[in-house]
Amino acid sequence: MRITDHPVLEFEHGPKVQFTFEGKTYEGYEGEPIAAALHAAGVKKLREHDGRPRGLFCAIGNCSSCLMEVNGVTNVRVCIEPLKAGMVVRLQTGHGRLEF
Amino acid sequence: MKFSDIVVIGGGPAGMSAALAAADAGVRVTMMDRGQVLGGQLIKQTHRFFGSERERAGTRGIEIVKILRQQIAENKNIEVLKNTECLGIYSDGVISYETDGKYGLMTGEKVIIATGAAEKMLQFENNDLPGVYGAGAVQTLMNVYGIQPGQKVLMIGAGNIGLIVSYQLMQAGVQVAAIVEAMPKIGGYKVHASKVARMGVPILTRKTCKAALGTDHVTGAVLADMDEHFQIIPGTEEEIEVDTICLAVGLAPLSELVSQTRCKMRYIPQLGGFVPERDENLELTAKGYYVAGDVSCIEEATAAMIEGSIAGLSAAIATGMNHPEIIGKRDEWIKQLENLRSGKTGAKIRSGFAVMNGGK
Ligand SMILES: Cc1cc2nc3c(=O)[nH]c(=O)nc-3n(C[C@H](O)[C@H](O)[C@H](O)COP(=O)(O)OP(=O)(O)OC[C@H]3O[C@@H](n4cnc5c(N)ncnc54)[C@H](O)[C@@H]3O)c2cc1C
Ligand code: FES
Repeated sequence: MRITDHPVLEFEHGPKVQFTFEGKTYEGYEGEPIAAALHAAGVKKLREHDGRPRGLFCAIGNCSSCLMEVNGVTNVRVCIEPLKAGMVVRLQTGHGRLEF
Repeated sequence: MKFSDIVVIGGGPAGMSAALAAADAGVRVTMMDRGQVLGGQLIKQTHRFFGSERERAGTRGIEIVKILRQQIAENKNIEVLKNTECLGIYSDGVISYETDGKYGLMTGEKVIIATGAAEKMLQFENNDLPGVYGAGAVQTLMNVYGIQPGQKVLMIGAGNIGLIVSYQLMQAGVQVAAIVEAMPKIGGYKVHASKVARMGVPILTRKTCKAALGTDHVTGAVLADMDEHFQIIPGTEEEIEVDTICLAVGLAPLSELVSQTRCKMRYIPQLGGFVPERDENLELTAKGYYVAGDVSCIEEATAAMIEGSIAGLSAAIATGMNHPEIIGKRDEWIKQLENLRSGKTGAKIRSGFAVMNGGK
């Protein structure tokens, strides 16, 4: 859930944009990490590893807990990948693929 | 291949201070950070500082970052590469990096590594469930992006970070069910502990989290008492309902890049784990490489900034900027750092350095 009023902070956001996650349309702010937009929408499970669900852990691009498939590319760390309009985001299962 | 007099890897308070100090001494600096903005961990510190009282203790971390960013933007000697991750440091001194999906190489006459630290994990059943977050991640979500990490949180760790992040969670409208701490005493400052206690959050010492509950994400936690050997006392388990478990059990230096310089590394728990040996000027045993901040010693932001200034000036001096006034300035910062670490709160750090220097 988004914080609407805060005693110390004001949040600046980019424009609202739409993206899809597992085929369903969601809204977020352009430029915020994909994981932030998903979290705000209540999505915590981002991938599955050895049959276990995984989500965010460090949120600074360090731990690789948040790897997802974005626009067909696997192993994207969505905690630091900025959201853009029209992105197609999917749960990642397993190790992903390397493409050249 | 790109070249710069000094390359700074990491743009947190340590890296920013290093870049400014070196640039002011007259050398050209290239600084890279993998984040979208400069500031490192400090961009989430909305509370007044817990660092030294003398050094901007009344200023919020985010305000300090704004001042440093401004100074960097105005400094013509500093080139900033954001969204740029350093991938490796090779034995011939070449640094590889990725920027916007592109691979690049550069070299520097001197290199300063200020990559900071990462959250430590704690072993308990189901600790990989979504909803188990590091304290830094919780801060990033709520203080940088304005998103509640959950509705009801269990905080693990009653050091300064655990206490402060608990308070910030409540400011963000999130309930904190309890703070558990394995030690018999609260580790953080009393001001912070009293503040959260006044708001009705129980701080339970000699307690730990035995397991997270839930299938797709956290729906609860099992708490248990600990004995004096930090073993769980069977039969004391109790379940609580939470949707988030926040780990504030310490940080470990991100010293992988440092170790690629083939410098001498040591395991010193008082300093946070695997850290490089370094001299007073913050130069490593691999000559020409310097460190500053959490990457070589887990401390706080004031120390990180002072170390940054020392490393920046030392590196500049080593490139030939060895004017007496620059050397004098560097030595002044070294004294300030000693002062900062001289008090009661610096005891652990001092004992860590005693191990480092004694073991040579
Ligand atoms: C939750 C939390 C609360 C805290 N609260 C306080 C407080 O109230 N007061 C206080 O004084 N201190 C506080 N601290 C500690 C303080 O934030 C740190 O001591 C300080 O930020 C350390 O500065 P640094 O520059 O060494 O590292 P960091 O701030 O961690 O900066 C490191 C930078 O390096 C970058 N980086 C890392 N690896 C790479 C790479 N391979 N390539 C490119 N860039 C890279 C990162 O993106 C980051 O910007 C807190 C820390 C945490 C985690
Ligand atoms: S949550 Fe750690 S890399 Fe994204």
